[in-house]
Amino acid sequence: MTGDVMTEIPRRDPRREWIARNRLHPDHDRVLAELGQGSAAAIEWMGPHGVMRKNPHAAGFIGPNGLRRIDRSGLQQGGAPSAAARGRQESRRRVEIASPAFLIAVVPEMSGGRLSHHDRDLLGLARQLADADPERPGAVLAVFFGSYKGEGEGEPKERALGEAGIDRLLHLTSDEYDGFAPQARIAALAAAERELSPRHWLLPDSPLGGADLGRRLAVRLDERAATGVWQVEADETCMLGWRCTARGAAGSLDIQRPLPRVALVLAECAEPVSETLHAAEELALNIELPANLARIEDLGQVAVDPGSVSLGEAEFILSAGNGVSDWDGFHHAARCLRATEGASRVAVDNGFMPRDRQVGATGTWVTARVYVAVGISGAIQHLQGIQSCEKVVAINSDPGCDMVKRADLAVIADASEVLAALVDLVESRRSQANRGESRDAA
Amino acid sequence: MQPDSRPFEVAVLLSVGRHPLTGRARRADHDARGLELALGLSRNLDRLQVRVLHAGHHDADNDAALRGYLGMGLEALTLVEQPAGADVIPALADVLAMAPPQLVVTGSRAECGEGSGLVPYALAERLGWPLVNGVVEVESIDKGVATLLQALPRGQRRRLTVRLPAILSVDAAAPAARQSAFGPAQRGALDSLQEVAIIDEELTEWTFSPARRRPKRLKIIKATSARERFKAAAAKAEGGGGQVLSNVTPEQGAEAVYKLLEEEGVLR
Repeated sequence: MTGDVMTEIPRRDPRREWIARNRLHPDHDRVLAELGQGSAAAIEWMGPHGVMRKNPHAAGFIGPNGLRRIDRSGLQQGGAPSAAARGRQESRRRVEIASPAFLIAVVPEMSGGRLSHHDRDLLGLARQLADADPERPGAVLAVFFGSYKGEGEGEPKERALGEAGIDRLLHLTSDEYDGFAPQARIAALAAAERELSPRHWLLPDSPLGGADLGRRLAVRLDERAATGVWQVEADETCMLGWRCTARGAAGSLDIQRPLPRVALVLAECAEPVSETLHAAEELALNIELPANLARIEDLGQVAVDPGSVSLGEAEFILSAGNGVSDWDGFHHAARCLRATEGASRVAVDNGFMPRDRQVGATGTWVTARVYVAVGISGAIQHLQGIQSCEKVVAINSDPGCDMVKRADLAVIADASEVLAALVDLVESRRSQANRGESRDAA
Repeated sequence: MQPDSRPFEVAVLLSVGRHPLTGRARRADHDARGLELALGLSRNLDRLQVRVLHAGHHDADNDAALRGYLGMGLEALTLVEQPAGADVIPALADVLAMAPPQLVVTGSRAECGEGSGLVPYALAERLGWPLVNGVVEVESIDKGVATLLQALPRGQRRRLTVRLPAILSVDAAAPAARQSAFGPAQRGALDSLQEVAIIDEELTEWTFSPARRRPKRLKIIKATSARERFKAAAAKAEGGGGQVLSNVTPEQGAEAVYKLLEEEGVLR
């Protein structure tokens, strides 16, 4: 009995503690091991009186030039940045809004089948409107037409859309909405208005289709839309609780007015959602399209000479640099791919391409969706010029160049051989497709 | 019935523009392009009658700007009298409904006032006519169906057919307007037409100010520790995530590039 009491009382051995503190003592390692602090993990331990003890000598690691380095950020050294980024994503707060007080409807334009920057800003603004009152949160409803193309490999649709801040989703994939089909789209949006009656409709004021659709929707709902909205702030005196600043008179005036039900919003109106993860729960809606819609008929896109499209607004650019030696092959490839031709400064200076085709800080700042750089090493001025391109493909023989680092897909091979192979591939696939079509017709 | 017994009637809606630098009244750029498009229809049609309408009021600046349109080769312009601050949509809809043309051409937005670009849409809704925006060319008009070319972003074009009567709106992608000649501009007539004016009450409650420069978006760094802040400040442009194919045959490389181009839908 007394023995038990004796063992419960913490006993200190001052000599051993002194040896454990003295790194130069010959018994230091043995004593540390006995105290259970031999490994590098025991940087901290609970002292006998309940005080946390730290061993400053065990902290950190020996750097490349023999000096001890202590990382005080709390992170252990050596974590891959991708892992950190993944950790950040997983740390997003999950938000489920089961019974929303109201709905904010957003119609993102989804150019190329994915959310653009403009769409994300718009969803950020919708979240501001929905989350203004934490007691009665609203839900953001996104309505979009056409197929969705995931971001990255295998990322589920709900995840990507939930990260953008979407609570409810109305995804309409019927053929009637493809191409220029304002009447069908407006019919669908009007059905959504009848069934769900959202408090606001937000659309992007962009020439990709949002500007047109939003104005049509506004006149159909008999609302006076605010167009070119770039700032929204809370104001209790307004009917819906918000005041907006909109551009008017071809961008030369600012109009302060209460935010109406339908608003067409410019890019960078709000910060995109970055902290929360929403449900993106899919809704089903029974939409009956009126039968007599065919007053406007879409006959499809017209083949435009890619050379006539200005470099600044071209969608698909094939750009050549110093690594290109076979210029006839390059021009042939551009014709075959139906791409607009671009060039780096070197190719222009050497006289292979005209000056108006130069991409970069001293030439044109391009906005292409797909930019194929052939034999361009990627000077910083050139990389500045292609900042806003979505997908960059590099074909280069030098694996260490900056363009390869920037590119989403880099092929390390001889440029002219890859281009020739690409041309063969495209031509063979086209002829296959043509043969298939002619067989169908027959 | 003779198809050509009646001339093909086109109405063009014009507004008074504002020069972006000097702020003087001028012919509006988009509207002038619309008028050019309408006058260019004479290439497709034997008998064309272009009627031009402006809803507004007489004053020295406005008249000078409107005479700019007359100088493009018109004999007369109908001025639908409306005081400043009136809602022009009911008046224009009434005038168009009284003598309906087969085609109405407008610019995409005004250069002064609210300039929201809603007028063609509101007119289309009131008249119940289809509307096509961003028209660059009327290719043909045949048996009440017009074939149009519509401008898409990035210099692309789309072919549409629309059943007439219809409203076409024109933006900066349409062919540039011809020069305005001084003599015809002075000889042309400005015919007034009285219409009931409905004052736009909502507009009077808004405040207008010269456009402020929009604040530049700041890069928001959400770092919890000094180390993360330093890393964010010292970070080079993000390069990671790209796929690098080395030691591949040109065919394999071309296959990978083809796959990406196909996914992005840029191969046509």
